[in-house]
Amino acid sequence: MNIVVLVKQVPDSGSERKLDPADNTVARAAADNVINEMDEYAIEEALTIKEAQGGEVTVLTVGPDSATDAIRKALSMGADKAVHVVDDAIHGSCAVQTSAVIAAALGQMEYDLVMCGAEATDAQLSVMPALLAERLGLPQLSGARKVTIEGGTAKVERQTDGGFWALEAPLPAIISTWDTINEPRYPSFKGIMAAKKKPVETRSLADLGLDAGSVGLASATSKVLDFAGRPPKGEGVKVTDEGDGAQKFVDYLAGQKIV
Amino acid sequence: MPSSSLILSRRDLDFLLNEWLDVESLTKRARFTEHSRETFDAVLDLAEQIATEHFAPHNRKADENEPRMVDGKVQLIPEVAEALTVFAEAGLMAGEFDEEFGGMQLPHVVGQAVFAWFKAANVGTSAYPFLTMGNARLLLAHGSREQIDTYVAPEIEGRWFGTMALSEPQAGSSLSDITTKAVPQDDGTYRLTGNKMWISGGDHELTENIVHLVLAKIPGGPPGVKGISLFIVPKFLVNADGSLGERNDVVLAGLNHKMGYRGTTNTLLNFGEGVHTPGGRAGAVGYLVGEQHRGLTYMFHMMNEARIGVGMGATVLGYTGYLHALEYARTRTQGRPPAGKDPATPMVPIVEHADVRRMLLAAKSYAEGGLALGLYCARLVDEEQTAETADERARAHLLLEMLTPIAKAWPSQWGPVADDLAIQVHGGYGYTRDYPVEQFYRDNRLNPIHEGTQGVQSLDLLGRKVVMQGGAGLALLGETITATTARAAGTQWAGFAADLDAAVARLASVTATLWGAGDPDVTLANSHVYLEAAGHLVVAWLWLEQALAAEAGTTDFHEGKRAAARYFWRWELPRTRAWFDLLESLDRTVLDTRDAWL
Ligand SMILES: Cc1cc2nc3c(=O)[nH]c(=O)nc-3n(C[C@H](O)[C@H](O)[C@H](O)COP(=O)(O)OP(=O)(O)OC[C@H]3O[C@@H](n4cnc5c(N)ncnc54)[C@H](O)[C@@H]3O)c2cc1C
Ligand SMILES: Cc1cc2nc3c(=O)[nH]c(=O)nc-3n(C[C@H](O)[C@H](O)[C@H](O)COP(=O)(O)OP(=O)(O)OC[C@H]3O[C@@H](n4cnc5c(N)ncnc54)[C@H](O)[C@@H]3O)c2cc1C
Repeated sequence: MNIVVLVKQVPDSGSERKLDPADNTVARAAADNVINEMDEYAIEEALTIKEAQGGEVTVLTVGPDSATDAIRKALSMGADKAVHVVDDAIHGSCAVQTSAVIAAALGQMEYDLVMCGAEATDAQLSVMPALLAERLGLPQLSGARKVTIEGGTAKVERQTDGGFWALEAPLPAIISTWDTINEPRYPSFKGIMAAKKKPVETRSLADLGLDAGSVGLASATSKVLDFAGRPPKGEGVKVTDEGDGAQKFVDYLAGQKIV
Repeated sequence: MPSSSLILSRRDLDFLLNEWLDVESLTKRARFTEHSRETFDAVLDLAEQIATEHFAPHNRKADENEPRMVDGKVQLIPEVAEALTVFAEAGLMAGEFDEEFGGMQLPHVVGQAVFAWFKAANVGTSAYPFLTMGNARLLLAHGSREQIDTYVAPEIEGRWFGTMALSEPQAGSSLSDITTKAVPQDDGTYRLTGNKMWISGGDHELTENIVHLVLAKIPGGPPGVKGISLFIVPKFLVNADGSLGERNDVVLAGLNHKMGYRGTTNTLLNFGEGVHTPGGRAGAVGYLVGEQHRGLTYMFHMMNEARIGVGMGATVLGYTGYLHALEYARTRTQGRPPAGKDPATPMVPIVEHADVRRMLLAAKSYAEGGLALGLYCARLVDEEQTAETADERARAHLLLEMLTPIAKAWPSQWGPVADDLAIQVHGGYGYTRDYPVEQFYRDNRLNPIHEGTQGVQSLDLLGRKVVMQGGAGLALLGETITATTARAAGTQWAGFAADLDAAVARLASVTATLWGAGDPDVTLANSHVYLEAAGHLVVAWLWLEQALAAEAGTTDFHEGKRAAARYFWRWELPRTRAWFDLLESLDRTVLDTRDAWL
């Protein structure tokens, strides 16, 4: 079972995140960049499947040089090798363009299964699995809270608000995972040392046979035109209890659409 | 990007390790070739993550739920065991040990930075691995191959924990007066009887076995410290195949109820009272480590590292207090600036008040200064062990010997002051149990007491270290500091350097006066002031070092380093003048005051 896990490096959702006012793209250089948290669940799931069934886990990342940190973390968790697509022309690409890059990279790899997180915490589009499934002609099993691989078939439970759907598809397939699926392991110290020796191949657009003009901000299918910060918190509301405190409190919460 | 953690500042650790101490250069040495900047960064990331997710969250709960004795067993909150399992499974126990024993050969300086996260997040829980690693290090240095295979391997895997059992009810500072007895047996083992007081981690159910390292006297040996031997006394005897055998005759007599560090069980242990009868009779079975009567020497061999570790603990508890106070001061609004008292204007965050900034800057200079001191000394441990030439190794050893009492005592004095200031910045809220700063203070208050009290450290510095090898250590310290001040010539720090040069000269002349007095009683009566003066001088030097390392930086972080360096120069270094004046006068006030007058 050879599994490719798509890993994106994003600004830490726990720290202050900014857009770069020069071109309205995510300000990655100044950010505290980490592995997209949701992808850690996909890595964990892939490692668990590999541990049970054998094979290899390969990490695939599209991102700037600094994305090697995310790759190294995935390798220190236990992935076997990585492919890093890095090319200055990719900066500012939209999801559609990025999916073309990832699809081209996957086209040069051998896999039975592609896994990724259900969303990236920076753009929160959740469209990558669908875009890739379309481009590669693969079945898409999205939003998994449970994955079982039996022979040539993948079965998943897709998380919904009220419960789950049971889905299955023949391999190769693409599966995206939610954070309810498992508890990602920490890298171990041994894993950190071992990660140094694991192969990381880099690919440029030319290596993938893609034209630089087909990606990047200039030809993106969508652009961020403007953005604004959240308005500062207003003064709080003081409720004086004159025997009707509870009612006023409930009215307030209802007014804020909290209850 | 400023780190948002309130446990420690990763930005500062990166500055100290990379921009200042250049730890990456260590990877050129044979012992560390497997390492790189990436592995150091990754293990620091790992430490921060585990400390944040598994250690910090139960720090308060462990404080509020002291260990209890239930049916003779110690009961702890379950979070302690969970955190320690994650710690051991990540391989962090193995960090600095040799690959041969399952370790990762991490440089000591990086190992200290890694472990700092756990101490700052939860000093009570981190004490178990701290003690276990110290125990394993001692056995690796002085134990037999068989002892290492039997005891160290399970410790490094985190399956067994270790203790250091030195103190007794009647003998704390004065180890020459211990009375625990070890009687040799025909089979080469010993049987121990006696009581050990204050033993941290002395009993618990966290691990299958506990490896006590016990100081005891063999009857008929030389008196005093020359007659102390070191023994392994496992809670459960170990069979030849490594499995656990009979219960040894060491039992928990009681738990101490402490001001802080409450997550760490602290125990009175009875040895050889016959509660258990291994081999059919009373007496705790012990195995001699190394040779007879050399126990204290072995312990002291590990002392430098242990004392740097305690100093680091004091520093980082002060550090986390400072970070909490800083965050509070940025959000708490109170009062208005002196020039804008109009009550119609909104109140300002208290960080806007100069006096609050004074407190924060003082706490910052103690916390970051202490961290620089601890990491500098840890780097010296690496130099002592791995520097290219024998001469470099010997110099590192000498400087380390000199600095060790300061590395332990200075943070133990000023770390708690940083926590005291953190409480003060919080106003009345800091005095309540709703905020964590009062716990940091209580936890930190242990550090001046254990691992050699401040009084003991001061006697070590003035009575032993500055006079050893004809004063070579003191001379080397002076040379090392003036090498820094020379680099400051022509920079904005020339004035700081000149004041430091003057203080170094003063330290030398005061030392000569003290030891020229011809009366050791009067000399040593003022040893604590000497320790304080030397400590402040050393930390001032390390602030100059940091200022120079930050010279090219233009970020707020680097401005902060400059501000704290300036603070230490202008506000703290001058304190040494008064201390040196007192020392120079050979003051007899303390010496001549009689017991009856107190
Ligand atoms: C929470 C905690 C954990 C501990 N953990 C351990 C442990 O794991 N293992 C272990 O073996 N011990 C441990 N200890 C013991 C600790 O090392 C001792 O408390 C310490 O050495 C001081 O000894 P004492 O308490 O008997 O104080 P004393 O030695 O009675 O000292 C009392 C005071 O007298 C001063 N004094 C004593 N002798 C002299 C002297 N000759 N000259 C000048 N001043 C002197 C001291 O500086 C101190 O201020 C722990 C203690 C505590 C409180
Ligand atoms: C145990 C306890 C008992 C108490 N009992 C009483 C009581 O019986 N009755 C009562 O009325 N109150 C009582 N208090 C309240 C006490 O007087 C306040 O805690 C104290 O005045 C500090 O105010 P604060 O806690 O709001 O801190 P803050 O005013 O928020 O101060 C926080 C920090 O900011 C500094 N700061 C604030 N303003 C300025 C400024 N303008 N310039 C420079 N620095 C500034 C302070 O020095 C302090 O270090 C009690 C408090 C405690 C803890």
